[in-house]
Amino acid sequence: MASVLPQILNLVLQFVDSFGFLILSAIGLAVIFGMMGVINLAHGEFITVGAYGTALSFHAGLPLPVAMLAGVALTTVFGLVLEFTIIRRLYGRLLDSMVATWGISLIMIQGLRIVFGSSLSSIGTPLGSVQYGTFSYSTYRLLLAGASLALLGVLYWMFTRTEFGTRARATIQDEEMSRALGVDTNRMYLLTFGIGSALAGLTGALYAPTMTIVPGMGSTFLVEAFVTVVVGGASVLVGTTGAGVLLGAINAVFSNLFGTFAGRMALLVTTILVIRLLPQGITGLLEQVRGGT
Amino acid sequence: MAGKTSGSVDHSTANGPIQRLRGALEGPNTLGNSRAFWAALAVLVGILVVYPMLRSSYYISNTAYLLVSAFLGLSLCLVWGYTGIFSFGQVAFYGVAGYTFGVVSINVTGPVGTVAGLLVGIVVSGAFAFIVGYFMFYGGVSDVYVAIITLAVTLVLNTFMGQTAGEEWAVGAARLGGFNGMTEIPNLALGVGDAAITVEDTAFYYFVVGTLLLTYLGLRVLVNSNIGYVMVGIRENQQRTELFGYDTKRVKLGVFTLGGVLAGFGGVVYASWGNYIDPSVFGLTFAALPIIWVATGGRKWLSGAIIGTFTVTFISQKLSVFGGQFSMVILGALLLFVILVLPEGFVPQLYRRLPGGDGK
Repeated sequence: MASVLPQILNLVLQFVDSFGFLILSAIGLAVIFGMMGVINLAHGEFITVGAYGTALSFHAGLPLPVAMLAGVALTTVFGLVLEFTIIRRLYGRLLDSMVATWGISLIMIQGLRIVFGSSLSSIGTPLGSVQYGTFSYSTYRLLLAGASLALLGVLYWMFTRTEFGTRARATIQDEEMSRALGVDTNRMYLLTFGIGSALAGLTGALYAPTMTIVPGMGSTFLVEAFVTVVVGGASVLVGTTGAGVLLGAINAVFSNLFGTFAGRMALLVTTILVIRLLPQGITGLLEQVRGGT
Repeated sequence: MAGKTSGSVDHSTANGPIQRLRGALEGPNTLGNSRAFWAALAVLVGILVVYPMLRSSYYISNTAYLLVSAFLGLSLCLVWGYTGIFSFGQVAFYGVAGYTFGVVSINVTGPVGTVAGLLVGIVVSGAFAFIVGYFMFYGGVSDVYVAIITLAVTLVLNTFMGQTAGEEWAVGAARLGGFNGMTEIPNLALGVGDAAITVEDTAFYYFVVGTLLLTYLGLRVLVNSNIGYVMVGIRENQQRTELFGYDTKRVKLGVFTLGGVLAGFGGVVYASWGNYIDPSVFGLTFAALPIIWVATGGRKWLSGAIIGTFTVTFISQKLSVFGGQFSMVILGALLLFVILVLPEGFVPQLYRRLPGGDGK
């Protein structure tokens, strides 16, 4: 019994960790996709910008939490500028907007390498670790899972309780109608893109202390972000959360039994199976259930 | 299948074999439907044929490499340009076929091994495309999902191949080799026993020129056939095409599988060209290249894909010599420029300005 308990705890912690990683990887992408139908292929690089902003501010002497805020602010500004200059021209050309963001991603990866070299010195994970039995777990990573839940809560509040949220949901449901009723939909898109960028930046800022900070670090998040968005579907909160739970559980079990790579593989296979049955993801399932009653 | 609905396009004046051949090769879905075009193509092929007699073996080998890339470009052109399936996965099929060729040809020595490797490589990449395509198209997912799922598949293969450095990751005598890649992949040899010809150096070059020309002409026939019209119909409006009674899922799956086969052929030839393959073929950077090639050249035209691939690869080779670290920035900027300013690509633009062009 004494050896089973830590094993179970291991699995639970692994689940919590995967859940946090999936949600944080995907949330910025999911907000932009859910609102605008645009997949931002430079999402990974937005995360990288957040991490770079954090690391550079931290090394410049700012305390870590402030450095993280600086990273988020930098990414938000960056996202707004891109929306204004490039993304805006490609509304209604979905696939082209993907290609364009892909071009942006290429420029950014190599640009960061040219400007800052092949890596920045790392920050070091704060807060130590929790001990249980013969195992230990980083406190900071647990905090990240908590942060993902808090973030979902904030987004829920924002989309259901604020004026912005009402307008945003109106724009999702019927763009033309909202415009007729006086919603400045272009401004909604700009704001949404800004929020999505801020969330990606936050992900980068939060994970900056746990990773080596290199120009290509964004790709670490891409697969997880993609599968979460595909399994979740267009509904930002319910879909993404559901996908986080489902995929987090699958990832935890497979990683625990067969190693990290198997966990990743299992995510992909699950996703491919899910799209055959639920092309709209968990969002679609929800709509079926709602429509059925 | 969809192609049985009506007779062929209006070539009613066709009589005699040459007319009939031109009838099959020409149509609204390809550029170059004039005598001047065929004459120009003949001149181009002539130049390609005499080229090895004029340049050193380094240039021949490099030109062969540029032409090998065109298979990858053509496969994306067929899938994305003609049918509207935006796939990041063509490099995955390319890489899978390359690795498969390596595994088979290292384990089965001699020409038999390389011929078997070629066939098995193509079959495996085609089957892989079929499976991924089945789940996507019969699930009925949107175009955006197709793009991100194919990219996720490619990236997962990258991580998978990257962690195969250990001794335990070997298929028979072939070690997968992790990030260092699989080495000592033999040259392609065609034939059996003593009658076999090893395809290397100049022979390899002619092999690539020949297969590329055949592929190009074959695809011209395909895209100008009734199936080609259905493909373009799907690209322009899938729902409408479906309402006309075409089985769009089946056509998409067929095209995607064919795209996998084409990319796979390119991958096999590439692996035997360098005697080597590594996981960077599944990397983000390499996955971006076919999209840049095809978008720049003109995704909706076969000739655009080939010319785009050849030119952009050529330029990026020059860039990596002179521009060094900026080459990827420039390629990314090129992609942005094409999408924002010239979504049709360069080739159709230039073609329209030619005196012999169709002028549409």
